[in-house]
Amino acid sequence: MSLQEELRGPPPAKLIVDHVSKWFRQKRQTVHALDDISFEVSEGEFIVIVGPSGCGKSTLLDIIAGLEQPDKGQVLADNQPVHNPGRHRLVMFQESALFPWLNVFGNVMFGLRLKPGLRNSERREVAKFFLHLVGLEKFMEANVHELSGGMKQRVALARALAPNPRVLLMDEPFAALDAMTREQLYGDIQRIWEKRRKTIIFVTHNVREAACLADRVMVMSPTPGRLRDIFEVKLPRPRDFNSIEIAQHAAKLTAVLRGYKGAEPAMATP
Amino acid sequence: MKRTLLAILFFVALVAIWTALVRAQIWSPVLLPSPRAVLDYLVSAVRDGTLLSATAVTLRRLVLGYVIGLAIGLPLGLLTASSKFVEDTIGVLALGLQTLPSVCWVPLALLWFGQTEGAMLFVVIMGTVWSVVIATDTGVRTLPPIFARAARTMGSGPFHRWIHVILPASLPYLISGMKQGWAFAWRSLMAAEIYVTILTGFGLGHLLHYGRELNAMDQVIGIMLVIVLIGLLADKILFSPWERFLHRRWGTGRI
Repeated sequence: MSLQEELRGPPPAKLIVDHVSKWFRQKRQTVHALDDISFEVSEGEFIVIVGPSGCGKSTLLDIIAGLEQPDKGQVLADNQPVHNPGRHRLVMFQESALFPWLNVFGNVMFGLRLKPGLRNSERREVAKFFLHLVGLEKFMEANVHELSGGMKQRVALARALAPNPRVLLMDEPFAALDAMTREQLYGDIQRIWEKRRKTIIFVTHNVREAACLADRVMVMSPTPGRLRDIFEVKLPRPRDFNSIEIAQHAAKLTAVLRGYKGAEPAMATP
Repeated sequence: MKRTLLAILFFVALVAIWTALVRAQIWSPVLLPSPRAVLDYLVSAVRDGTLLSATAVTLRRLVLGYVIGLAIGLPLGLLTASSKFVEDTIGVLALGLQTLPSVCWVPLALLWFGQTEGAMLFVVIMGTVWSVVIATDTGVRTLPPIFARAARTMGSGPFHRWIHVILPASLPYLISGMKQGWAFAWRSLMAAEIYVTILTGFGLGHLLHYGRELNAMDQVIGIMLVIVLIGLLADKILFSPWERFLHRRWGTGRI
């Protein structure tokens, strides 16, 4: 298999979230985390789920990933029910989930090694390609602790993209980064998404981030987590995080979030 | 370079003080032999082969017992960390037995195995196993769950996860546990060798014991030096490379 064939890979997947509910049973009480959530995501769409902390958006992402099971309803990826995590739906986590016992290259290779049908030389080539894509080919041999926060998340992105998943799930991946680094990554993620069409579900509490990245924004409210509104963002790409249009969209989202009874207002600016 | 020089200077000073004390004749030479006498003993013991064969006997027991101890302790630690039942049974047992000084196993080993190599091996294994179990258990328990979650999304199954995520992630704990296990094994073997004579091989502990019986203080101190030296070398050869690796990869403080 050539690098080009491997990179072409399978097309992005269609996702259906079908009446998903989830309860967390704790010692004293049962928390209703998600209440009857339904939506569809088309192939290659960029969805951002936004909502205040505690609205269950990360739980929803875990269910789509297959890391958690819904108590009611189901998630379909290309009409196949999701029961387990799998290589076709990779997750990029909030905190850096990079493995400290491997160097940068080893981390990107981790998922590739688990992918059958490739020779090791091909895996190395693919890993190099993606490190180049995120601009870190010079840091292949670096150790994780030597990288800055932004570089770590770039490696995490390369690691998630390398096995060529059909869906990329991103759980507040830039929340812990400083504003400058984050704005640079918004540009990068849009550029990479243009090149490597994936179905992306991106979870955040930052409305401006949502407006900047999304094709559609799903707005959630807490206790219990409900899907309240869906907004389309029809701005041309690449979008500038600091543009007035983004700010206007963000303001609209903020107003909507404030309107939910009992909900904390989400942050309008980082 | 400067550090090496200072270190050498320190040890030369130690020997000088020792020599000075001997010269001062405060204690009888029977109690405090000169460095020269100790060196003479060591040279003669090397020449007639007793020192080398004793070292070989001791190291064989130590390495064999330690490796068996690791082979038992590591999987047992993984089990106690992953099963509530094993945690409540073997885990509690390990915690209790770890506090038992391993020399306390010697009488039991003698009754069970007699004056044989088996008794020596048993004592070393008992000295190693429990601290390795505890360290492995702690290492696995303190892992951030995010590592296993990330691995699962990339398609890592349970067995793959043990080998490629959980073991390497708990390496800092494993190394310190292995180091502690080594120290315990070494102590317990010395105690056992001093305590009992095994006819199939005379180890360093036996030489130490005979030194006392013969009132040969030069032998006692000479053998003690050899024991210290072996401990130092084991640390430098077995564990230092690992600790350097941990320091480089994890970016943790130099140990």
